[in-house]
Amino acid sequence: MATRTEITSGLAEILEEVAGVNPDDVAEEKSFTDDLDVDSLSMVEVVVAAEEKFGVKIPDNEVQNLKTVGDAVNYIEANH
Amino acid sequence: MSTVDVVVTGLGATTPLGGDVASTWDAMLAGRSGVGHLTQEWAGSLPVRIAAQLAVEPSEVIERVRLRRMDRSEAMALVAAKEAWADSGLADSGLDQERLAVSFGSGIGGAITMLDQDDILEQHGPRRVSPHTVPMLMPNGPAAYIGLELQAKAGVRAMASACATGAEAVALGLDLIRLGRADVVVAGSTEAVIHPLPVAGFASMRAMSTRNDEPERASRPWDKNRDGFVLGEGAGALILERADHAIARGARIYARLAGAGITSDGYDIVQPDPECRGGIRAMRMAIEDAGLTGADIHHVNAHATSTPVGDMGEIKGIRAAIGSHPILTSTKSMTGHLLGAAGALESIAAILAIRDGIIPPTINLDDPDERLDLEVAAHKARSADLQAAMNNSFGFGGHNVALVFTRA
Repeated sequence: MATRTEITSGLAEILEEVAGVNPDDVAEEKSFTDDLDVDSLSMVEVVVAAEEKFGVKIPDNEVQNLKTVGDAVNYIEANH
Repeated sequence: MSTVDVVVTGLGATTPLGGDVASTWDAMLAGRSGVGHLTQEWAGSLPVRIAAQLAVEPSEVIERVRLRRMDRSEAMALVAAKEAWADSGLADSGLDQERLAVSFGSGIGGAITMLDQDDILEQHGPRRVSPHTVPMLMPNGPAAYIGLELQAKAGVRAMASACATGAEAVALGLDLIRLGRADVVVAGSTEAVIHPLPVAGFASMRAMSTRNDEPERASRPWDKNRDGFVLGEGAGALILERADHAIARGARIYARLAGAGITSDGYDIVQPDPECRGGIRAMRMAIEDAGLTGADIHHVNAHATSTPVGDMGEIKGIRAAIGSHPILTSTKSMTGHLLGAAGALESIAAILAIRDGIIPPTINLDDPDERLDLEVAAHKARSADLQAAMNNSFGFGGHNVALVFTRA
């Protein structure tokens, strides 16, 4: 089981690879779209990469609820 | 004849000979070949294991995250268009974006993306297919990326006429300015299909050279021992501008785009008409459009791809449409055949030949076909005072495009 810190840093790696987000900018309170400038297509890539990395399923109807990095960490922590 | 003059005020390219126009032109004048071995693992099983690959990878110029959302053909188009744009000096000219159009094509489109994503689909299933797939493979992608980058809002047009695409995109740019649809057009083409499937497809047609042991000698237009074309990749971009617009802003003018001719063969889907009838009509049309006669055309950058039939048909055509006086070259002897991008790159070569008074060589013309009865700048660049030059491009589907450039 990954810790919240491990999940956050795993997401930071994905965000850097997919969308060029500086890992130092990734924190639980940050919004993917408003703070990190992740557009909708890149968000799809983030979700698919996170599914692989953490062994979770993130259904499309769940993605709209993942507004912040913290939302994603919560979901992954609860479901992996 | 139109009363609106159109001039060329910017050039950009990324080619097997160089990452920009200056390095490409220097290499052409030096007679350097851009053809080499395909060292990728996939090439091992193919009958053709040579190609003219880019001299400078787009990753050296375009930022990583941006690049991963683009097909290789789109990235190359952007590199060439940005160079041409910077070269034109239009960036800070206060140009109305609604008067800026793009006419940019590709012969085949985002084939590498299509094939790579198909591999992912087969191996990992649909969920892993990239959400960027469609904008990467769509044939208007290169034109659209240029339009986005330069904020061109007078329409983004995407031509597709196989190996005539680049020239046809330039011809459309001429029309757009003459019709008053735009003051400036970014025109050109791109091609990136050095991948096993397109290579296997062309090889199955027996259209490609299999001189695998001597890559630099494989592209040999008009030579007796030619055995097909060598696949190249790259992009070329021209900034076309209404002449009075260019003059008013004190732009540096490379040449006039004086005329264009477009015809279609109605002969065969891939075979060129050995009598070059469609090509002759295109050349005559371009010359007339330019207000010139055949006697005025001093140089032809020929389509001449190094295939047994095509090369000689064009010779008949040039003789019929222009006469016996022009000095020919085929820069494909050095760059390989850039398919859809060929007409853009070769227009650039024809323009620089006029500007510098020098015709780039046709290398490897060691033993000319006895039917070659026109003068070619063989082996070495040839000095020549040029007032007007033509670029010919012919494509699968029976597309024929001739462009005439004249000294500004």
